[in-house]
Amino acid sequence: MSPQELITQLRSFLPPEAVLHETEDLKPYECDGLSAYRQLPMIVALPHTEEHIVKVLQLCYATNTPVVARGAGTGLSGGALPHAQGILLSLAKLNQIIAVDPLARTARVQPGVRNLAISEAAASHGLYYAPDPSSQIACSVGGNVAENSGGVHCLKYGLTVHNILKLRVLTIEGEVLEIGGESLDSAGYDLLALMTGSEGMLGIVTEITVKLIPIPEKAQLVMATFDDVQKAGNAVANVIAAGIIPAGMEMMDKITIHAVEEFLHAGYDLEAEAILLCESDGGTGEVADEIERIFTIMQQSGATKIRSSQNEAERLSFWAGRKAAFPAAGRVSPDYYCMDGTIPRKQLAQVLQGIEQLSREYGLRCMNVFHAGDGNLHPLILYDANQPGELEKTEEFGGKILEMCIHAGGTITGEHGVGMEKINQMCTQFRSDELAMFHAIKSAFDPKELLNPGKAVPSLHRCAELGAMHVHQGQQKFAELPRF
Amino acid sequence: MCTKVNKSLLNYPVSDGMPAMIDHYVEAIHTALDTRIPLHICGSGTKRFYGNAVHDGSKVLDMTGYHGIVDYEPTELVMTARAGTPLVELESVLEQHGQMLAFEPPYFGPTATLGGCVAAGLSGPRRAASGAVRDFVLGVRMLDGKGRDLSFGGRVMKNVAGYDVARLMVGSLGTLGILLEISVKVLPRPIHEVTLKMAMDDVTAIKRMNEWAGKPLPISATCHVGDELFVRLSGAESAIRAAWQTLGGDEEQDGDAFWRSIRDHTHDFFQSAYPMWRLSIQSTMPPVRLTGKQMIEWNGGLRWLVSDSAENVSMIRAAAEHAHGHATLFRSGGASAPAFHPLASNMMKIHHSLKEKFDPERILNPGRLYSDL
Repeated sequence: MSPQELITQLRSFLPPEAVLHETEDLKPYECDGLSAYRQLPMIVALPHTEEHIVKVLQLCYATNTPVVARGAGTGLSGGALPHAQGILLSLAKLNQIIAVDPLARTARVQPGVRNLAISEAAASHGLYYAPDPSSQIACSVGGNVAENSGGVHCLKYGLTVHNILKLRVLTIEGEVLEIGGESLDSAGYDLLALMTGSEGMLGIVTEITVKLIPIPEKAQLVMATFDDVQKAGNAVANVIAAGIIPAGMEMMDKITIHAVEEFLHAGYDLEAEAILLCESDGGTGEVADEIERIFTIMQQSGATKIRSSQNEAERLSFWAGRKAAFPAAGRVSPDYYCMDGTIPRKQLAQVLQGIEQLSREYGLRCMNVFHAGDGNLHPLILYDANQPGELEKTEEFGGKILEMCIHAGGTITGEHGVGMEKINQMCTQFRSDELAMFHAIKSAFDPKELLNPGKAVPSLHRCAELGAMHVHQGQQKFAELPRF
Repeated sequence: MCTKVNKSLLNYPVSDGMPAMIDHYVEAIHTALDTRIPLHICGSGTKRFYGNAVHDGSKVLDMTGYHGIVDYEPTELVMTARAGTPLVELESVLEQHGQMLAFEPPYFGPTATLGGCVAAGLSGPRRAASGAVRDFVLGVRMLDGKGRDLSFGGRVMKNVAGYDVARLMVGSLGTLGILLEISVKVLPRPIHEVTLKMAMDDVTAIKRMNEWAGKPLPISATCHVGDELFVRLSGAESAIRAAWQTLGGDEEQDGDAFWRSIRDHTHDFFQSAYPMWRLSIQSTMPPVRLTGKQMIEWNGGLRWLVSDSAENVSMIRAAAEHAHGHATLFRSGGASAPAFHPLASNMMKIHHSLKEKFDPERILNPGRLYSDL
């Protein structure tokens, strides 16, 4: 079907302003949070209701038109990169919180609802939605489901997959699937787990029932300074060995501390090789006990300076430096690449050493911020895209970091997803039989391969070009969003 | 014909421990494909009562020989073990390091294995507070119905590379693959636990349990049986003291024994020759009025029903649906009905398609989950 015919068909059931096809209207949709990858879609559709989406999908299915779902477009792996011959299906208009049930501790929401809006709506009941990706003021819950998003508190409170109960999903044929339920489990296969993190490849989510949990009485933070990365790594292990699951545990290396300090003047110790932030939450007495124990463990682990936040303002100021790491990278370097590997924590010192060595080999600086509690490492490679060949060098460097993560027993992506970006490394992480099984699973849901084609799982004969979050001269999409 | 174990350098380091056993399982799959005699995958058989019977004429594939802990690093909070490893062995090693399987797996017998636990996907009293077995599975190594040796997920906490096949395997009762190795997240044991009991009727108990779950209280398990509500508090002593003051109630002296009896169905409530049903429903639903006796767990989300008749299957299933949930015939007790709640036809279609991809010749536990899977 010609683009014009598709537009006519779409306009037969969508309001005129919900079908975009002029280049200037398509432009805002050409990329997601990974702006290095850009592609104009053929058409953008902005449905208002589930019935609209059903009709869009039926049209796509009948005409073999690819369809790419998009939430808030804040994703960092190019998962919502449009298809040149496809429809970009924006779910932004489905932005209603349908119901909050305080007694059952659930909320039913549409996919375009912002992550933080759920917690805001639940707050008056003393409840909140736990997953808190750094972009939570803007990112949509539908996108969180597609990526299985985490956040700084996920060691204790889990990822998206642990915090949702039910999905309404449309198949590519426009059929409604009710996956999961109001109960804690369902009959049959765990399709709720399969759908979560499937990057828009298996179906279109039109409604999500999330779990809400009680807001802790209190949160308090310990900030510890170390003169050696290994000691900081050991401190993390010692906290866990003591039977403590911190609400959050974050590490920054020396180059990050310097970049952040230059940016924020937070009073960080510039002699430090690593700074560790460790948060406790819960009942008031419980937090006091735990903070005391964490303080002692940091001392015993050889921290050179330790402070615990004395009030909420101080807690937030300790966090501010960590949360400023990405903007700080943008300040000290024209461009940076963000990687997203996860490693067993015990490999941290070795992996950081490896990164340092690569950094010298490539002549490129690299800042490391680390969700230390769950082993998720975000190396930020600093480079200048205006220097000929530097981007290519950076990509190669990044690829070697991810391969190092795999060899350390980890994974190429902890929370940003594969999308377009890491499709090459999927070939390293998985064997061909496993990739074949991923393709088979997709074909069970989408035999015509119309849903987000070409993403997340590489074809067996093709390993796509390596890429990563690419920020050039502040042209990052959503530059105002926190990233950490 | 044997396929050599692929030694993965990559996402999931493969131990060299027992290649001969893997060869044996792969060979069993190839034999099943050649002879058309399906396999009935078995651990120690403690949960053989659960689910439907595997189709007649299947050949038992004993997994208990594939046992042992492959990797355990307490400070990583991850344990990887072979499917045939007895849970008791895993839990004793974890206990030595002050850790536990936080989903409190039911054993239903002393020899229960990790593979059986994951394949059945059942979780115990701590489930409503800490999560289910599927929440703690990080990765699996498995053989599919063609004998391919596949690894999904990994041994790290956060991993979004590829579809979540590891969690898909949980509760699939061996119909999608033979589990070889499983990596699970483990957690520290609580410093302190106290079990409280208080006299309360079922209507009030359901209300209270839900209200309390919405408050920052260290409740790790709830159970209403007879006219009593049992509540377990877990955590720091200070937190438990404070919560006890809020909730009231008397201490149950042997709390551990009580929760074990609920977990493994050795409690008096479960001793019956009649059909036993497991209703997993929305936690806030008032008591489901069905004849027989009931026990309530998981803040109201789980209702055990010992029915007084083998005849009221459709009524029980309708009641569970009405309460936004599903009903499993957990122990048949003479009732002749499929074990699991029927699926909507479009959901069944997806199940068939997935089965077709994982086990196209239907040689793995055919019928155990649904008769035509």
